[in-house]
Amino acid sequence: MAASPYEPQDGESRLAAFLGDGGDVAVYRAMLLIRRFEEKAGQLFGMGLIGGFCHLAIGQEAIVVGMRLAARETDQFIASYRHHGHLLASGADPRAVLAEMMGRRGGISGGKGGSMHMFAPELDYFGGHGIVGAQASLGTGLAFANAYRGDGRVCVCFFGDGAADQGQVAESLNLAARWRLPIVYVIENNRSVPGQEGELARRGAAFDIPGEALDGMDVDAVRAAGTAAIARARAGEGPAILEMGAERYRGHSLADPAKYRRKDEPRAAAAPDPIERQRVRILDAGQADEALLKQVDAEVRAIVADAAEHAAQSPEPVAAELFSQVLM
Amino acid sequence: MATRVLMPALSPEMKFGKLTRWLKRAGEYVEAGDVVAEIETEKATMEVEAAASGVIERILVPEGAEKVAVNTPIALIAAMEKPAAPPEQAAEAQEDLPPLSLSVRDALREALAEEMRRDPLVFILGEEVGESQGAARVTQGLAQEFGPKRVVDAPITEHAFAGLGVGAAYAGLKPVIEFMSFNFALQAMDHIVNSAAKTLYMSGGALNVGIVFRGPNGARARVGAQHAQDFSALFAHIPGLKVVAPFSAADAKGLLKSAIRDPNPVIFLEHEKLYGQLFPAPRGKDHLVPIGAANIARAGRDVSIVAFSHGVGLALKAAERLAEEEIEAEVIDLRTLRPLDMATILGSVAKTGRCVAVDEGWPQGGIASEISARLMEEAFDDLDAPVARVTGQDIPMPYAANLEKLALPSEADIVIAVKKTLYLKT
Repeated sequence: MAASPYEPQDGESRLAAFLGDGGDVAVYRAMLLIRRFEEKAGQLFGMGLIGGFCHLAIGQEAIVVGMRLAARETDQFIASYRHHGHLLASGADPRAVLAEMMGRRGGISGGKGGSMHMFAPELDYFGGHGIVGAQASLGTGLAFANAYRGDGRVCVCFFGDGAADQGQVAESLNLAARWRLPIVYVIENNRSVPGQEGELARRGAAFDIPGEALDGMDVDAVRAAGTAAIARARAGEGPAILEMGAERYRGHSLADPAKYRRKDEPRAAAAPDPIERQRVRILDAGQADEALLKQVDAEVRAIVADAAEHAAQSPEPVAAELFSQVLM
Repeated sequence: MATRVLMPALSPEMKFGKLTRWLKRAGEYVEAGDVVAEIETEKATMEVEAAASGVIERILVPEGAEKVAVNTPIALIAAMEKPAAPPEQAAEAQEDLPPLSLSVRDALREALAEEMRRDPLVFILGEEVGESQGAARVTQGLAQEFGPKRVVDAPITEHAFAGLGVGAAYAGLKPVIEFMSFNFALQAMDHIVNSAAKTLYMSGGALNVGIVFRGPNGARARVGAQHAQDFSALFAHIPGLKVVAPFSAADAKGLLKSAIRDPNPVIFLEHEKLYGQLFPAPRGKDHLVPIGAANIARAGRDVSIVAFSHGVGLALKAAERLAEEEIEAEVIDLRTLRPLDMATILGSVAKTGRCVAVDEGWPQGGIASEISARLMEEAFDDLDAPVARVTGQDIPMPYAANLEKLALPSEADIVIAVKKTLYLKT
């Protein structure tokens, strides 16, 4: 198999390969990689190559990239089923992620997990959870382990505005506050439940958990808020909530026509695209010209095309895998 | 002058109780208020405190005595000054002597303490496990030895703390999550089934969940339908879990130690009615019992009685009664419900040709049903009679004492079922 264009170079970590130098162009490239990956996933779903559900997060790229920039490499990430970008931002191989979504042997879970159930513990990425809100308790457990070991790690736990209403989210906030656990809860408010903007940041008020609502489509704003909340958690001052407003451009999953979204709902004007915003920022500051950004786009497209090609070529799992890995 | 220690009452209605255990011995000095013994009724357990300071002159009621009437003198304390501390050597020599008998409660406590000493990643989390010493006192003394970081008092929030345990296991800790009773584990069922049991498979082997969920399961007396039910079959249904349900103290200890060391999620089902029961103590410093192996608790040639947890005691008593009629029953203590040790059951049935499966749970889709189905599939030619099931009745648990008794399998039910498989009149 030819080396992926994404393959890390000379001892570079996978995460470093994804984030580059962390500068504006590298951040643009990281967000664009997630965008192009999601677009490709949408195509493959349409072609019947990805089965079941396929939850895209187009429009939410700045949240996970900004938090990745704010966190240390050893800080844990855990998320919902809408997590392809979270995996990529943790440094997972796009080939393995796409192969998993297509149910292939080369998938990150050997084809047995599917798009909602992908894990990369070696990259401190703990899934991928199909039950709405489950990761709130599980992530609080990762933070409990960090506190137990006193290893200075922080868990970054992502969930949506829908999950924020789950009972176990409130229970987890209570536990995290009581034991001052090092965790930052990132609520990706993609407005599946209308009219809650800014309110979700206050969900921890009863437990004295500070919350902040911000524009989750501005990667710099995400990075700044994330850095402060993570530093605070690492210092032993307990959990925080960051509510990040974002526009999800597609339905809940590709099986969902998103009829609940009004046609006249304001979009680009109120919430400019995070990638476009970053592009303009780079050009305005003269950090790069159009030609270079086009080259970045071409590179990213090549990575995604390579991932799709390899995933498609990966065979299905052998039948004997049916019974493996039920127990250790 | 000697002060008498009297059998206390747990409630105004209580007439008798069981003296479960002496914590002090004759000749030992006690302060007024020291706990000297433990007693229990079907409803609850209680500690007996010394009525005065002095030396225990005489123990009047032996450990394990049943039906001790309220206000019976159980010990005499002679007023005396505290004696000087005995030389260290003597104290050590005393510790080397293993106790002859051990309650299931103490066996579980020993298992937890030994594993926590052995592995600093092991911690216990649950309601009232720490400062309150455990609702069923299984964790008594552990908070003192290991501190609040490793014996963690959780608020009443089963859903989240079960998930927290799984998350901590993701990160490599070895959580022991105590449910005050498995009735409350239903709140946590999502994390047990969807998070703990499935992650290894869904991650293609990348992420295992080494965790123990433990606590009392099954019927306790007079608590009604929501607090007396056996969920063995519910958990044993789920691939990705191991399910353990011991009967004896030695197995409780050895299996809990194995469960804590297991890299998979283990459901460890204890039984309220067994906590205070005394058994021969296991010998050896590191007593381990493998998960997945049944035990032949009594050998016999005529019929195989397969049981688990509290049901094993009923089966053994039934076997004694049957022996009086020259029917030799073999009693198999399953010990583990998933994976089921079919080899032991099949070996026994090949010899006896008959099987009675005892299950405190509901009949439909139960452990006894599973054994019956497997025997039909795998040992049809060995069977000389249809497999008989003795199970709890197919109803929510009633509260009234007489109805409750009728709802649960009894020794007599097992005797009748055995005779049915032998085509004998009952």
